[in-house]
Amino acid sequence: MVAQDKLVIRTIQFGILAALLGAWYLATRSGAAPLKLFLPAPELVWREIGVLVRSGQLWSSLYVTLTSIAQAYVIAVVAGIAVGFVIARSRTLVHMFEPVLSGMFAVPLTMFFPLFVLFFGIGPDSKVAYGATYAFFPIALNTIAAFSNVDELYLRASRSMGASTWQQFRYVYMPGALPVTLTGLRIGFFICIASVLGGETLAATAGVGRATALAAELMETAKLYAWISFVVCMSVMLNLLALAVETRSERE
Amino acid sequence: MSANKIRLVRLLLILGVVALWEIYARAFATSSLSAAPSQVLAELWPKVLGEPRVRLAIGITLLELVIAFAMSVVFGMLIGVLVGLTDIGRRSFYPIVLLLYGIPQAILLPLFVLVFGLGPASKIAFGFSHGVFPVIVNTIAGMRNVNPLLLRGASAMGATKFEQLRYVMFPHMVTAVFTGLRLAMTMTLLGVLLAELFVSQGGIGFFTLLYAETFNPSALIALIGTLALLAIILNELVRMVEARFSRWKE
Repeated sequence: MVAQDKLVIRTIQFGILAALLGAWYLATRSGAAPLKLFLPAPELVWREIGVLVRSGQLWSSLYVTLTSIAQAYVIAVVAGIAVGFVIARSRTLVHMFEPVLSGMFAVPLTMFFPLFVLFFGIGPDSKVAYGATYAFFPIALNTIAAFSNVDELYLRASRSMGASTWQQFRYVYMPGALPVTLTGLRIGFFICIASVLGGETLAATAGVGRATALAAELMETAKLYAWISFVVCMSVMLNLLALAVETRSERE
Repeated sequence: MSANKIRLVRLLLILGVVALWEIYARAFATSSLSAAPSQVLAELWPKVLGEPRVRLAIGITLLELVIAFAMSVVFGMLIGVLVGLTDIGRRSFYPIVLLLYGIPQAILLPLFVLVFGLGPASKIAFGFSHGVFPVIVNTIAGMRNVNPLLLRGASAMGATKFEQLRYVMFPHMVTAVFTGLRLAMTMTLLGVLLAELFVSQGGIGFFTLLYAETFNPSALIALIGTLALLAIILNELVRMVEARFSRWKE
């Protein structure tokens, strides 16, 4: 019964995928003029993917984007966890800062992107700063939530059994706070990717986002779709990676 | 510490940051890159908000936001209910929704502009594509969290499928759905602003770019501050509607 369910579900999913691809193919064959403007034939996109991979354009753009993402994420993780942990140590600090941080996170920081470009220039630095700022908030907020919700009883129990501060941190705080902190890290990771790519699309000199925007500006639709498919592949892979990390840490 | 005292300290903290910013901007910073809070306030009226074209631009952006948000809510809840209604539907479509939700949509922005043109349509469409996913995901999650016992109870008492949806499902979905709506409001604004900044033709994107490129930080910060304030007000509005719909729980 369950196996049969799974079969039905997979059939539906692949059916949708096949229908979409078929519709795409037929739409480009029908040759309607307005469609041609933004829907290149699938085989053209496929050829363009090959060209971008072989010419090395993909790797050089990907290198810029991935290093920006990595730098931004490292800054966001270190700052977010440090700030979150310090704030979570005292209930007063939590009451004082948590509403301010969550209020700031509710405002789309995209508005401030022109300021980042103004301060850090049009190179990768502005994207790193923007991505790090954006990812900082979910990480800090989740760290605060994680550490301030560790049960008081466990702390007292471990203290009375003679745990040192380090032992308390390692064996009570860490396991108790890990799941929620990890959620924050994951949200921050994807926000970081999205904001670096978004920043590159808006104003940059290099990177995947810039290449995509450029392809659209030059009306090279096949190239545009090729870049989009790279990003979709990348995001699927990163999603799977995050999922794997999460399942592993849950098992611990 | 009492709640009032905490509020006072928080206020003092914000004032302290503003004061530091003022001192820094006046004493150390280059005037073409940053502006003191007092200069920003002086710029706000009449130069920024007094200018009819800026007000029109803010109006256009708000209108785009409202349309995109309304579309996200309607279609998101519709799709969410349709997908979440049956077990097989949820298990086959939910992974697809999550997969699409995981794609960094900024990369699709040039495509949206290509398809929908430079006008408001592309901004609305991009805002919608950002806002619809949190609504779908949270609607489905909300439907899953309804206690099956309540549904069985209702159906045992002869409620039709529609009545079950209306009187059991919907009231219990409120919390989850509104979490989605609040997220959707932020995301829609994000999408609209991204598209505005990318095209920068009619709405506020034009002015942010103008101020940034002519090195006029006080006007830029004044405009951004106004928008941030509007964003906070819109968030509070959604929260108020949520409180209205959650009243039955008390």
